[in-house]
Amino acid sequence: MLNLQGYGPAIVQGTVLTIELCLVSLVIAMLLGIVTALAKLSRSRVLNLLAQTYTTVIRGIPDLVLMLLIFYGGQVFINQVGPMLGYDAYVDINPFIAGVLTIGFIFGAYMAETFRGAILAVPHGQLEAGYAYGMSRFLVFARILLPQMVRHAIPGFGNNWLVLMKTTALVSIIGLKDMVRMAGLASGATRMPFTFYMVVAVNYLILTSISIVLLNWLNTRYSAGFIKD
Amino acid sequence: MDFSIIFDNIGIYFEGLKNTLALVSISLVIGLIFAIPLAVLRTSKNIFISGPIRVYVYFFRGTPLLVQMFLIYYGMGQFEPIKASFLWVFFKEAYFCALFAFTINTCAYTTEIIRGAIENTPHGEIEAAKAAGMSKLLRFRRIILPSAFRRALPSYGNEIIFMLHGSSLASVITIIDITGAARIVNSRYYSPYEAFLTAAAFYMSITFIIVWLVKKLEFRWFAHLRRE
Repeated sequence: MLNLQGYGPAIVQGTVLTIELCLVSLVIAMLLGIVTALAKLSRSRVLNLLAQTYTTVIRGIPDLVLMLLIFYGGQVFINQVGPMLGYDAYVDINPFIAGVLTIGFIFGAYMAETFRGAILAVPHGQLEAGYAYGMSRFLVFARILLPQMVRHAIPGFGNNWLVLMKTTALVSIIGLKDMVRMAGLASGATRMPFTFYMVVAVNYLILTSISIVLLNWLNTRYSAGFIKD
Repeated sequence: MDFSIIFDNIGIYFEGLKNTLALVSISLVIGLIFAIPLAVLRTSKNIFISGPIRVYVYFFRGTPLLVQMFLIYYGMGQFEPIKASFLWVFFKEAYFCALFAFTINTCAYTTEIIRGAIENTPHGEIEAAKAAGMSKLLRFRRIILPSAFRRALPSYGNEIIFMLHGSSLASVITIIDITGAARIVNSRYYSPYEAFLTAAAFYMSITFIIVWLVKKLEFRWFAHLRRE
């Protein structure tokens, strides 16, 4: 049997942190994604330009570079701005926050593209009908647009989620104790790097597989009532 | 912000650019060369042929590239037979390990892309080829693969960009690519904005060039489907 030499619990802790990280960044990514998608489709040219710049820039830069920029750059920024606001203590950026913000920020751009497509897929007449009933813009969004766009968004959303999960491995580089980092620590002490990284790899495979099953289920549920050819 | 430190150290960035381009292009080319036969075999009905390829693709698409790279760079040293053999000459080199990891990673993704394209070949085309008396090999060479490449091109363009961005991980195992150059400049001057924004500018320029090239290629390859 697999002998982890007492490092099993550490890997489990790391796995829990990885899952937390995934979920929190997903929430940020979805919020940013929907706001950006709406900005892209809005009539305001300033909003269009802002959203377009955001998604283009993010997709042109590697995740790691952005993460290092936010982690190291954020540190410098806070410690330059802090004293100006009368706050003198040296601040260390929490790597969890840096990681979550970066990943959320990156995948917000990808989610925006997915959501934009999904919004456009909802027939315009549906929205017009909502307005004709005297619904406010928010009500039309919440009652008509959102429920119907979910179905179109699920496939793209699923892809983004799978990529997002794998991207969380990068936080180990900025010192967050996720499962990759834990495996690194354990393999340093036991000289069994292959074993520990393999355990982590299998963990990722399990997370991916569970996600795929859930996504398929969601897809079937939301496609109920639509004929498939 | 003081970008004069970047001008003083621009040499490191160009050194990094060279390494990034070499890593990405070599792994993409080797990955593509292996992916084509793998994708063809993956469509086989014999489960002993398609099964192992399926597992390979599943593993490398389902785990982070960083973990794959660590498995190779740190992991191989765990096995005495490898350390004792000639293979160690390669596996002790960070550069080779990064290249190896990138290659098998991109090969897995490319296999999946080409497989999808092969399976989407219109049935009539294959039937027509059969009716014309073509052998299986000839069908693949003349009918299935050329049209599959065309259909795979947009996704493969994304894969090239994905690989370019993934290559920044090489900096984690001591290689001086563009990101590695930025990390050196950052640690030397403690100036993260200048260092990483310059790296970001490099990556963005390469990304845009790749996007432009793929668009151009698409324009050519889809010429017969264009409406005047």
